[in-house]
Amino acid sequence: MNWIPLTDADKERMLRVIGAGSVEELFSAIPEDLKHGQLNLPEGLDEPAVRGLAETYARGNRTDLISFVGGGYYDHYIPAAVDALTARGEFLTAYTPYQPECAQGTLQAIYEFQSAICRLTDMEVANASLYDGGTAVFEAVTMACRATGRNRVVLDHSLNPRWREMVHTHAANLSLNLNDGRDPQDAACVVVQNPAFRGTLWDYSALAEACHAAGALLVAVFNPISLAVVKTPGSMGADIAVGEGQPLGIPLGFGGPYLGLMASRKAFIRKMPGRIAGMTVDHDGRRGFVLTLQAREQHIRREKANSNICSNQALCALRALIYLSLAGPVGLRNVAERCRAGAEWLKKRISHVAPCVNDGPTFNEFTVRLPRNAEDVVADLIPRGYVAGIPLSLVGAGASDELLVAVTEKRTLDELEQFAAALEEACA
Amino acid sequence: MKLIFKKSVPGRGTTIFDPLSQAVQPLPDSLMRGDPPALPEVSELEVIRHFTGLSRRNFGVDSHFYPLGSCTMKYNPRIDELTASLPGFTGLHPHWATIPAARALCQGALAVIWELERFLAEIGGMKAGCLQPMAGAHGELAGVLMIAAYHRTRGNHGKKVMLVPDSAHGTNPASAAMAGFSVRTVPSAPNGEIDFDAFRAALDETVAGVMLTCPNTHGLFERQVAEIARLAHEQDALLYYDGANLNAILGKVRPGDLGFDVMHFNLHKTFSTPHGMGGPGSGAVAVGERLEAFLPGPRIIRGENGDFDLMTPEHSIGAIAPFFGSFLVGLRAWTYIRAHGRDGLPKVAEAAVLNANYVLARLKDHFHAPFGDRCMHECVLNATRQVAAGQVKALDIAKALLDRGFHAPTVYFPLTVPECLMIEPTETESRETLDAFCEAMIEIARLAEADPEALKQAPTSMPVGRLDEVKAARELNCSC
Repeated sequence: MNWIPLTDADKERMLRVIGAGSVEELFSAIPEDLKHGQLNLPEGLDEPAVRGLAETYARGNRTDLISFVGGGYYDHYIPAAVDALTARGEFLTAYTPYQPECAQGTLQAIYEFQSAICRLTDMEVANASLYDGGTAVFEAVTMACRATGRNRVVLDHSLNPRWREMVHTHAANLSLNLNDGRDPQDAACVVVQNPAFRGTLWDYSALAEACHAAGALLVAVFNPISLAVVKTPGSMGADIAVGEGQPLGIPLGFGGPYLGLMASRKAFIRKMPGRIAGMTVDHDGRRGFVLTLQAREQHIRREKANSNICSNQALCALRALIYLSLAGPVGLRNVAERCRAGAEWLKKRISHVAPCVNDGPTFNEFTVRLPRNAEDVVADLIPRGYVAGIPLSLVGAGASDELLVAVTEKRTLDELEQFAAALEEACA
Repeated sequence: MKLIFKKSVPGRGTTIFDPLSQAVQPLPDSLMRGDPPALPEVSELEVIRHFTGLSRRNFGVDSHFYPLGSCTMKYNPRIDELTASLPGFTGLHPHWATIPAARALCQGALAVIWELERFLAEIGGMKAGCLQPMAGAHGELAGVLMIAAYHRTRGNHGKKVMLVPDSAHGTNPASAAMAGFSVRTVPSAPNGEIDFDAFRAALDETVAGVMLTCPNTHGLFERQVAEIARLAHEQDALLYYDGANLNAILGKVRPGDLGFDVMHFNLHKTFSTPHGMGGPGSGAVAVGERLEAFLPGPRIIRGENGDFDLMTPEHSIGAIAPFFGSFLVGLRAWTYIRAHGRDGLPKVAEAAVLNANYVLARLKDHFHAPFGDRCMHECVLNATRQVAAGQVKALDIAKALLDRGFHAPTVYFPLTVPECLMIEPTETESRETLDAFCEAMIEIARLAEADPEALKQAPTSMPVGRLDEVKAARELNCSC
């Protein structure tokens, strides 16, 4: 099937207007010997057939299992209104607001999104979003280098190892000196994460002060749901705050699309990558919104731009804004407290077989030590209907008997109890 | 429209999320947030009305003809939305694939990615594909990082330069710079193609690669492309294909057959995944033999028993996405390719090129057409005639179109064409829509002669008139 509305009569008439004898003649700039014959692809399908095929592939996945897998991406409930509103064609099928007069919906939504992220993080400015949490960390690192004129970057062990790897991939050919640890001496920035990848909550205020004393910036990675109850990057002295926005109404979707969140102190806004919406007025004094500070960006600065990023994750940012608007401060706290309460309940319930090894309080995720190899325990529990967590040795963030367990508000007490019982047996 | 924060009333809000039924020990004060975040406290109906209201202040493909050049604003089939919302895909945690024992739980999704990567490689005439890059610019970065790694592995230490034509998208030089290359700009010739002599002069042993868009942003196929590839390869420089304009040649000619070594696909352009106001997109890449070992990892492979597994290529540049890229975007593209099939995809290119040439033919007597009377999937006109006559600028024409119910073409890009109007109708528009657009353009051209002041006031029918961008940048109100 296709979505081409031209009839044969249309084509004839159009070719006459063009003055061409055939459609193929319009491709005459392409050397004949380089043109390709039939593609080696399957035959086309009509709509019922393609739908049926997709449903067959979807059945090849098991989403009926109860999952305790997190690692930066969580199985939170998505309110029905999020899907309903973001499916509207005026959002779905619009593009970058190059003509702001016919894109005020997009631009106001971005402005409100930026405001919501500032309010959530206690930071002064935010951009319109980046691709995901990992690229947001990388962009924060290069932003800190631009702001300080330094090129030493320090990545704390609390950082999600996947995002650490992405920083290394992206920075491979830049003259950055990437170090592990927390020493801010001569550094552009120290990157920390709270809750840490292994789940521990901590206060990095003193490290932020040490960074500032050494002329370095503190880049703080946050989980947006946690900020309903957990101390904010702004209040702990972060200069740049970045995070993965997936928990805010975005489906897990097997890896994306996701949402990179970025906020900072106002002093650094000209060093920030990505789109930024700003408020202004039209010639009659009516309030409106435009993309602003575009001189930072690639379409103007080309190779001297702050980043090569051209787009943002506008539809995902809209999902996050709608989610935060539906939840409000009370609903967001309810979600956060239910995640933490479920995690605390489970942590205690399984402590005799799988003690928690975090060296401080945790939020929605914690690390346990199992009496057996974590991969084996996870494998044993799959037939019983559970994906028990992430074996930390698989991601280079722990020992082979350590398991990272995440609990969201979707997990009922019954599910937790039954999982605990199954885990007890698997550990026996 | 009021900001959603101004609609907030303390104590209101939804009850979507019940409070905790049992108390949990509070966090220590030192770790706990002080005041709650000042998020809106509004009812669900207020949220629905607010965002429905915002949506009505937007033009989209669903509501308006959207001939934004180089953006391929084609219809986004609703079947693609349906397949991408199947719970068997949306609810899938990507980390399951990290855990060998759980890999069996996501075989359907791994199969979709594996197939899509092979489809893209076939369409591109390449050896292998990778869905990881999350946008076109991100695909460019992945591509030039692979080029850099290729030269590093071969000990080509002197290769520090990337050649980029002046008509290229700004992302090309920006991506090259992010991969540590210095950028050498190659000018365009007066006919709109790359200046071949200048290219030859710029090509020396320091050149690591050449980034080309083909057809280029002037809407023209680079007729010397095979020769460019041959000369580049003589210097062991690799050729990057920017897939922004792939819609023009889909199924007609393959970048790999033209000599390109690496390319990205804008799945949101050619393969019709929704642009979503600026994202999410996908910048999947494909590579020829030279770069297969350098692809981002891990890759999905199919074992002899038919099961899908993960493998990291020998010289992989590493993970450029947290998992497999924008999977749900890829799933839409997979649906689109499956629906069209091998015979349907070339028809896309044929209709896209026919539509663009039709618009060019109808408008070339009313606006200056700097590159003649033929184009590929988009046509480039400009307003130099109107500017020279002291009438109006490209910007005025763009704004006047909004009042007539059309999104504007891309204006002032490419930078090589002054007062540029870059029009890409796409294959999903009917002749009637193109006629209505052309008639609006012709009416605007006439009005530019008769009453240019009227056009300078445009738009007058939008929620706001022309906005003060200087004030926005100077006063910098970006949040509340």
